[in-house]
Amino acid sequence: MIEATGLTKHYGRTVAVDNLSFTVAEGRVTGFLGPNGAGKSTTMRMVLGLDRPTSGDVRIDGQHYHDLHQPLRTVGALLDAKWVHPNRSARDHLRWLAAASKIPRARVDEVLDLVGLTGVAGKRAGGFSLGMSQRLGIAAALLGDPRVLLFDEPVNGLDPEGILWIRKFMHRLADEGRTVFVSSHLLSEMALTAQDLVVIGRGKLIYQGTVEDFVEHATESTVLVRSPQLDRLRDLLRAEGSEITEITEDGDALRIGGVASAAIGELAAANNIVLHELNPQVGSLEQAFIQLTGDTVEYRTEEHRSEEHGAGEHRAGEPAGNGEVTSG
Amino acid sequence: MTLLAVERMKLLTTRSPWWCALLALVLTIGFSALMAGTSDAADPMNISATQFGYGFGLVVIMVMAALAVTTEYRFSTIRATFLAVPRRPSPLVAKATVVALLAGVVGEAAAFGSWGIAKLIKPTSDLAINSSYDWRAIAGVGLVYAVAAVIAVAVGLMLRHSAGAIAVLMIWTQLAEPLVQLIPKVGDKIHKWLPFNVANKFITGNPDPSARDVLHGPPPSDAVLAPWPAIAAFAAFAVVLFAVAVTVANRRDA
Repeated sequence: MIEATGLTKHYGRTVAVDNLSFTVAEGRVTGFLGPNGAGKSTTMRMVLGLDRPTSGDVRIDGQHYHDLHQPLRTVGALLDAKWVHPNRSARDHLRWLAAASKIPRARVDEVLDLVGLTGVAGKRAGGFSLGMSQRLGIAAALLGDPRVLLFDEPVNGLDPEGILWIRKFMHRLADEGRTVFVSSHLLSEMALTAQDLVVIGRGKLIYQGTVEDFVEHATESTVLVRSPQLDRLRDLLRAEGSEITEITEDGDALRIGGVASAAIGELAAANNIVLHELNPQVGSLEQAFIQLTGDTVEYRTEEHRSEEHGAGEHRAGEPAGNGEVTSG
Repeated sequence: MTLLAVERMKLLTTRSPWWCALLALVLTIGFSALMAGTSDAADPMNISATQFGYGFGLVVIMVMAALAVTTEYRFSTIRATFLAVPRRPSPLVAKATVVALLAGVVGEAAAFGSWGIAKLIKPTSDLAINSSYDWRAIAGVGLVYAVAAVIAVAVGLMLRHSAGAIAVLMIWTQLAEPLVQLIPKVGDKIHKWLPFNVANKFITGNPDPSARDVLHGPPPSDAVLAPWPAIAAFAAFAVVLFAVAVTVANRRDA
């Protein structure tokens, strides 16, 4: 279990991590999600005692990292697959790490086997592909058979096969009862890998909870309805309920928010309205993510900014009542 | 002991220490061979002349020692080290110890190798190691290399970049110390207390009994300390510098 309370890190005037509190539970994969530059890596470095928090505190199973006895036996981390001397062989790299924590030498061959690098163990790590480096990093993290594992962007730059392998691996680790904390800026990946989520933007906590709740809360599901008697249906819907959050016209269809598709279908049947289409639209995770972190993205392109600016002006200049915004 | 073994593994599983050690040996022994080959009856070979190249070897050894730290920063293996051993002073002290030991061994090999090759080339010249001066001039090289290695490790720790650390060490030993003498009035007084000049006193000082020409050995030191206090002062300087470097590394984000 990892517990952060009020974690804050300043670099000069820049606030990288701002009063961040979260917990990472045992036996689950917890995704650590945020746009690039949100402070994910800085947070992980503070968890591991590499960076000093400006204020706040983070503990692993109730202890500070630097108070752990032979920490590699408790915590395994992969922060960057390139943290290897390029002229050292994979086996030598793991050997010195093992020696530093008094881990038996035989374990080196075990973890090499576990990640499938036995065949290239004697080769220099500098010649490894990204996928192989990533596997070596994971082997290093697993050396001490730790209860807690941290991975920083483990699937970055990997091919689909490598991504699948890592995803399965994380699940296996969590199923063994370990704490798995894995960061990513790819929400779709996290949706498949993680059970819990910690979402940050500009160093601040945006969300903590399960992936399902995140999707439910953050995305609004709507129902797309197509019917020759659309006007009647709209009137009935308006008369019917206070739950309806949104009715917009989408071409020749209606987009209705806040009502389940079943309720709309029953309403239509009860009033003899013919439906040509009744289509529930589930908001994607990406939409949810962008909705939540949209104004917390650190680095925006000039294009993006001027677009936003232009859109604002456009809206302000438009005569009232004419602004029918349709969404695609 | 564990950490010493770890640092030894890290140091010797990369190539640069081997290359540096080899280069240091070639330079020092090569110069001695050159001196022996060109000596004649008028300018006979002597103990101090065998150690003519010790300063060149010293520079190479310091590069090796600085690289032992800076490449760890370059490839972030120092971060992996701090993950394994989060109380940073212990692995850093272990590293300095291992690097100093290697430097000492290379120093002894270079010094005795230089002496040996001279004896081989000019078997007739008087190269017997008798006086305490003779012993210091040869066996002392390893000691100076070891202490200098600690200084280089400290500089590497503080600067963290290979190019920066090597530039500082080069400019310091090759330019700054000798050039201080050019400062009017106080230059000589300051120079007498500069660390590498003081270290040189241990090798060359008190006085060379062979009354050789200055050109036939490492340039003698003008430090006022006697040889043993000189090496003690040099070592004390190295320890203080290293302590500062460890404190800096301990406070800093890795």
